[in-house]
Amino acid sequence: MTKALEIVGLEKTYSNGVQAVKGIDLTVEKGDFFALLGANGAGKSTTIGVISSLVNKTKGTVKVFGHDIDTDLGKAKTNLGLVPQEFNFSQFETLNQILVNQAGYYGVPRAEAHKRADELLAQLGLADKKDKQARTLSGGMKRRLMIARALMHKPQLLILDEPTAGVDIELRRSMWEFLKEINQQGVTIILTTHYLEEAEMLCKNIAIIDKGQIIENTNMKSLLAKLDKETFILDLKQPTSAFSLDDYTTRVIDDHTIEVDVEKSQGLNGVFDALSASGNTVLSMRNKANRLEELFVAIVEKGREQ
Amino acid sequence: MSNQFTALKTIWIKECIRFTRIWVQTLVPPAITMSLYFVIFGNLIGSRIGDMGGFNYMEFIVPGLIMMSVITNSYSNVASSFYSTKFQKSIEELLVSPVPTYIIVLGYMGGGMARGLCVGIIVTILSLFFVDIQIHNVAVIFATVLLTAAVFALGGLINAVYANSFDDISIIPTFVLTPLTYLGGVFYSITLLPDFWQGVSQFNPIIYMVNAFRYGFLGVSDVDITTAFAVIIGFISALFAVAYRLIDKGVGIRH
Repeated sequence: MTKALEIVGLEKTYSNGVQAVKGIDLTVEKGDFFALLGANGAGKSTTIGVISSLVNKTKGTVKVFGHDIDTDLGKAKTNLGLVPQEFNFSQFETLNQILVNQAGYYGVPRAEAHKRADELLAQLGLADKKDKQARTLSGGMKRRLMIARALMHKPQLLILDEPTAGVDIELRRSMWEFLKEINQQGVTIILTTHYLEEAEMLCKNIAIIDKGQIIENTNMKSLLAKLDKETFILDLKQPTSAFSLDDYTTRVIDDHTIEVDVEKSQGLNGVFDALSASGNTVLSMRNKANRLEELFVAIVEKGREQ
Repeated sequence: MSNQFTALKTIWIKECIRFTRIWVQTLVPPAITMSLYFVIFGNLIGSRIGDMGGFNYMEFIVPGLIMMSVITNSYSNVASSFYSTKFQKSIEELLVSPVPTYIIVLGYMGGGMARGLCVGIIVTILSLFFVDIQIHNVAVIFATVLLTAAVFALGGLINAVYANSFDDISIIPTFVLTPLTYLGGVFYSITLLPDFWQGVSQFNPIIYMVNAFRYGFLGVSDVDITTAFAVIIGFISALFAVAYRLIDKGVGIRH
């Protein structure tokens, strides 16, 4: 079966000598919702830049739905939609002009482009802004505009480079719903994000990139199964001077709050049993960090030690 | 092929919408500037100069002034528009799409030609308030104005590719284009110059454009018309090749 994306031996060295990507191999299956994670400067945006031909590669091959960007660039581009990290539209054009022009670049006739623009603007809650200049939009609206623009030519592969950066929680969740919907309709999605909760919630498969190399590439379930320890924050009714949790590593945060490291083999029941036995009442409990976040930090640190 | 035609039409319409949206900056200034030229050089000073090339001075300079406005506007349209797309990164809209390089070059060139032609028409209409324009060969007029606009639109595109700031797109017009235009036979016949300077003037491409255009109106020219068209077409070919190569390699627009 044709892969949505196949990258083999990708390398990129910029003219200033910085080697941003150091031999990446990556495959994304058709229909996948794929997370590409990495710290700032890890090589994510360079990789995306090469796939979308905004960055000239130094070495390696990239195929989008079987079309090699070296030999069949036009077809590779036709299958690809890109939502970049930075706003890259004319601030003085109206939303309608931006969308219709983008469709025109892909050969979509003007009448059809106007129809698609209306549909996408409505789906993304921008219909009432259709004839406004892009510069008048809020940050969240601009992000949605870029998603609409990337979908104007109905690509099979959509790459989103931090699409929800700076977007408020409510809007972020509505964008997640929209992305899930288009993924269910068959569009393969590759997502980079710093909100690991977002990756955990949306993505089936994941790759972690660090210093220009892929250091983890697996499915989300297998990755989360590797988490052998979680840290919880517990709010206690009684003062923290009175609690006893001998079998667990704990840290006191303040008079009524403690942090507890719970290993997978231990389970949570023991924490509650021990606290009840010492006369403590747990008022509330939460994860210290997102589970994927803990793993991400652990994997990156381990990779750097090696 | 139909996809490519749609893409070309899209870039061209986008460019036309851009310069008409900001008409106060793009269409009004040349109208004011050229009206001043007509009043000062044509009426006030021109009346004291007398005939040139067998015509009164006003009749003689009108074609040159129209051409001067076409040259500067077709150049600055593409230079500022393409540089703005680089500056705002909206050039990436084109780079990620399957638009072939030659369509990008043709699209921007077409946009520059459209503005050059619009300004040329406005200035021609204004000139009618000062002089009765005669037309010797309408085909030569249109061919010259369109081809000349193409030359300078391509020049503006190359300038924008290399530009790293808005200042960079005004250097060539200030230090190259304006002197060449003023020395390009707009205000005088090169036959008035000493032989040596007449020879030097042959290396100024604008001489050929202004004279071909003047020939279309008045039927007189300091240069051979066939040579003039050969020079203009030669420049278009060379500049198109350079612009194509620069954009295809991604100079200034790809990392």
